[in-house]
Amino acid sequence: MKISKDTKIDLLKRMIRVRTFEDDTTKIFSGGEMPGFLHLSQGEDAVAVGTCANLRLEDAIYTTHRGHGCIIAKGADLKPMMAELFGRIAGCCKGRAGSMHFADVKTGCMGSNGIVGEGMRIALGTAFAQQYNKTDNCTAVYFGEGATGTGSFHESMNMAAILKLPLIFVCSINLYAQMTPKSDHVSIENVSDRAAGYGMPSIIADGNDVEAVYEAMAKAVKHAREGKGPYMLEFKTYRHHGHFEGDPCNYRPAGELEEWKKKDPIMLYEKKLTKEGVVDEKAIQAVRDAVKKEVDEAVDFARKSPQPEIEELYVDILA
Amino acid sequence: MAGTKTLNVQWAINEAIKEEMERDPSVFIVGEDVGKPGGPFGVTRGLIDQFGAGRCVDTPISEGAIVGLCVGAAASGLRPVAEIMFMNFITLTVEEFYNQASKMRWMFGGQVKVPMVVRAMTAGGFGAGPHHSSSLEAWFASMPGMKVVMPSNSYTAKGLMKAAIRDDNPVLYVEPLSSYKLKMEIPTDDYICPIGKAMVTREGKDITIVSIGRMLQEAMKAADKLKADGIEAEVIDLLCVNPIDMDTIYASVKKTNRCVIIHEAKKVMGVGAEIAANLQENLFDWLDAPVARVAAPFTHIAFQPKLEKHYFPDADKLIAQVKKMIG
Repeated sequence: MKISKDTKIDLLKRMIRVRTFEDDTTKIFSGGEMPGFLHLSQGEDAVAVGTCANLRLEDAIYTTHRGHGCIIAKGADLKPMMAELFGRIAGCCKGRAGSMHFADVKTGCMGSNGIVGEGMRIALGTAFAQQYNKTDNCTAVYFGEGATGTGSFHESMNMAAILKLPLIFVCSINLYAQMTPKSDHVSIENVSDRAAGYGMPSIIADGNDVEAVYEAMAKAVKHAREGKGPYMLEFKTYRHHGHFEGDPCNYRPAGELEEWKKKDPIMLYEKKLTKEGVVDEKAIQAVRDAVKKEVDEAVDFARKSPQPEIEELYVDILA
Repeated sequence: MAGTKTLNVQWAINEAIKEEMERDPSVFIVGEDVGKPGGPFGVTRGLIDQFGAGRCVDTPISEGAIVGLCVGAAASGLRPVAEIMFMNFITLTVEEFYNQASKMRWMFGGQVKVPMVVRAMTAGGFGAGPHHSSSLEAWFASMPGMKVVMPSNSYTAKGLMKAAIRDDNPVLYVEPLSSYKLKMEIPTDDYICPIGKAMVTREGKDITIVSIGRMLQEAMKAADKLKADGIEAEVIDLLCVNPIDMDTIYASVKKTNRCVIIHEAKKVMGVGAEIAANLQENLFDWLDAPVARVAAPFTHIAFQPKLEKHYFPDADKLIAQVKKMIG
């Protein structure tokens, strides 16, 4: 598959945008300015970006509790997103949802979820609506290998296959289900082997190689748009941060994180594109500066937005 | 010209769904056996012939995924009507109701609405036993963001189903198997029973009987017998347990000064407890007797006929309670 120069630059930009947002969020959260729980996805940036770069505005995604990367990659505006993390009224969800229950419906981000695996069952419905309305739109649902232990995984894979829904199951293997390593909770090496049990095609790819992710997703999206049904994608990657911000990560073997940081998807891609002559150091720096400015503006916007009034607890309960 | 026709509860539900599917192409039915087989108890019979398999979707036995699909489809602009069969099976979907459907609109700052209906059936009185006989409406009555309706006869079955399908919120529709064959004259013209509004089905001055779901038949039987003893009971068919129409109950109790609630679910933590608490909080000075509840005991439902009969409330138990209150 030939990936155009413009697409390559776009992939790099989106990854830098995701990473900068999350790195700045880390700092703000540790400073105590952000309430609630925070689950970050640094290291898994290529999975978010390589997949979402194949989607249109009208396509939908369902994300996990670790969902910022996908939401940004799908096209959400950083200002209301950051305001949401700050718990402010200008947030996409009026400051009620925070990081873990985030949604930005106008860009197709149909919801993060605090219940592991549950996005899959709900995603069935959006894919069903896309099929019912005879569109060629599709839905992607994200989860980690931890969610493959849920009943939702089996029910959703089976139902999607039976109804031939335009639904793409994107499994980001980050090697831990909360604190338990994959070897202790998954009985097989490749979780996407299970797709065959539902008669569903699947692809395994390097989740730190954004072009490999992009190409795998392109096949799955084409399949879905053509009405051929669901697809499962398995991307091998790693979570740089702990399960939650503040997690001491003492369950990780010494040296594991350092080994994976040598395979940081953004660093690898910058090197690759530099070698190919697509970008140079100056161009990369220009992207970083522009993104940093955008994130700073989002933080400024969030800080200036007021907290919700108490009355906000009682509105929008019923339509 | 407005007329009437005789219809049983089963066909009243069927007709309501059919007419709403004719009116609105975004309405579809989904669940186990709802399409080709016409429903596990025949409620959706004939719909697949009229509307096709695309709108009458048979699914695997995956209750969580059925309700999950409804949530996503509703948030994406459709109006699903799911069947979950016996209400005990709804335990497998509490996650989708509690964490997802009921919270989604509020949690997302009003970005979506979730117009979905899930039908569940109570089957008390059939010897269906511990896994097929329960009434779990109280769980859903305590969820903000949900509506829960409990029709009692053909008129309310049709009117509430139409209102539920047109409602922009998740609605749990609890239908009693024991009333499926119960016939009644209902209007031929389009009508709805507004959700959240109780009906006074019999007027009286001595005591208010608040009845939930299929207990209406028992309440009406009891009221007939009580009349022979000179006691005039007012009967309220609650129809909806989330929200509860306390205004209609208050108006009645201000007149009768006594209230007893009858429901087939357990007394402990049942909907009756909420009604009784509201009455004592807001109408204490109007009460001439403690508010009473006639409901199921704190145990499990036996398949064994003698034990099952003892478990469920009925007209005789209600009459005994009323006579204790009006000595």
